[in-house]
Amino acid sequence: MGAGRTISEKILGAHADADARAGDIVIARLDYCMAQDGTAPLAIRSFEGMEGGEIAMKGRAAFCIDHNAPSPLRAVSDLHAQMRDFASKYGLELNDVGEGVCHQVMLDRGHVVPGSLVIGADSHTCTYGALNAFATGVGSTDLATGLLSGSLWFRVPETIKIRVRGTLEPGVFAKDIALMMVGDITADGATYMALETGGPAIEALDLDGRLCISNLAVEMGAKAGLMEADEKTRAFLEGRTRVEYEPVSPDPDAGYAEERSYDVGDLEPMVAKPHTVDNVCPVGEVEGAPVAQGLIGTCTNGRLADLRAAAEILKGRRLAPGVRLIVAPASRGVMLAALREGLIETFTECGAAVMCPGCASCVGTHQGIPGDGENVISTANRNFKGRMGNPEAFIYLASPATVAASVLEGKITDPRKYLG
Amino acid sequence: MVMKGRAHRFGDDINTDYIISGRYKFKTLDMAELSCHVMEDLDPGFADRVNEGDFLVAGKNFGCGSSREQAPLALKHAGVAAVLAQSFARIYFRNSINNGLPALVCDTSRIVDGDELEIDLQTGLISNASTGEEIRAHPLPPVMLKILSEGGLVEYMRKHGALTV
Repeated sequence: MGAGRTISEKILGAHADADARAGDIVIARLDYCMAQDGTAPLAIRSFEGMEGGEIAMKGRAAFCIDHNAPSPLRAVSDLHAQMRDFASKYGLELNDVGEGVCHQVMLDRGHVVPGSLVIGADSHTCTYGALNAFATGVGSTDLATGLLSGSLWFRVPETIKIRVRGTLEPGVFAKDIALMMVGDITADGATYMALETGGPAIEALDLDGRLCISNLAVEMGAKAGLMEADEKTRAFLEGRTRVEYEPVSPDPDAGYAEERSYDVGDLEPMVAKPHTVDNVCPVGEVEGAPVAQGLIGTCTNGRLADLRAAAEILKGRRLAPGVRLIVAPASRGVMLAALREGLIETFTECGAAVMCPGCASCVGTHQGIPGDGENVISTANRNFKGRMGNPEAFIYLASPATVAASVLEGKITDPRKYLG
Repeated sequence: MVMKGRAHRFGDDINTDYIISGRYKFKTLDMAELSCHVMEDLDPGFADRVNEGDFLVAGKNFGCGSSREQAPLALKHAGVAAVLAQSFARIYFRNSINNGLPALVCDTSRIVDGDELEIDLQTGLISNASTGEEIRAHPLPPVMLKILSEGGLVEYMRKHGALTV
């Protein structure tokens, strides 16, 4: 291990007033806390059990109603009501039905800046690592502890440094890089560790693409999916936040547990086959498998660049007979931008069902539960058995372009066929 | 404290969707109700088979996937007294300790379904009465031991108001 420090060591150290090194356990001050409707009700119960009174994170905490929104059940409506009451009583920002997926809402509202320390009661909180924030998923009781005391304990993670170079071919996207990485590192290859991903191919991506890659960090077991900030990061934050921030770079002699490098110049569109995210292959290996439903959206691929990539293929075409397509923009902001660009019109004309911004059918509670024996091709991040609400269905994960091409043909299709 | 119970054997990468499916966990905080569906998509008979005080024994990366704290809670309410695995996914691992459900990292490769185990939480010693073998669990970090010994993080925070290392 070198004498220098990684991004994780620097951010956690700065928030704990300590020379934090991998393996150390620190208590660190939090900059922001978030919970969604699958985790907030239990966080409220834990918070009340702690009998602590006021919250330390007033003005720096948000609840988002996105996983089950609009409510499909009376019991769920009761849980949503508890969230609204708690948010109003303790001064939390409440992002109600239609605001979108919690992670995109956090980004749209500028709650995440480089160098900050954020916890979210949702495993994909690691997405914000693309903005150079140490952001990690926690459970409800950890979240309640953060709300109440303003701090939480962390084990400072070891880091895997990943360098990605090469220029992506048309039809190959950030999601394909992310799936390739999960396939290579595997579902537990980065457990307890942070990833620091960079290199020319990452610098060439827009923020939407970088966020997609950091989103999948937890699918390798990672605690954080960090990237360095650059001009694109600054431009993304322009107008979203007035908070002053200081980007954090690793020292040249920082110590890494492992270093990996990938050349994506000849990368093909990738697909994760049922029922694990690391069960990855090039699209050609599964081409022709029948598809009953597509899903374009989620915290992985529901951003504007994703909707544009799908619309480019779907424009002026129709879904294959007997095939359904669910489209859910990641947030109200993304939805508005997509409306203004005519993307929602394209989706509607091609035969898609456009949902309100939110998690849609990704989490298996509503808005598109697949039938027995059906194959789904989805832009989400998980394809576990039963994930979309039916253990008798099969979920394939791919880029928005691959999903779009596949729903046009009714079978898994290489998107390059429709491009250039 | 020494616990005795029977091993229920599972494999690698048991995710939190398998432990408690999203189609149940989003609609209720009633853990007794959720515990009827624990491991359902993977092993539909498990909730009926498991007895109070039994152990769930798995391979690597137990609890990967979502941050749902309902996963350890549903296991605990189903009667599971501890989970033993080669490794745990980190959010699940924290959630389990935070809810007072011991999560022991140890070599589970020679434990089979139905083995009778004795676990000493203080020493981390696991005795397999069915094979006569003894296995030692990795020690928990002190902060987690403290949370576990208070009966979970809610009780810890109620008593102390803030975390200390």
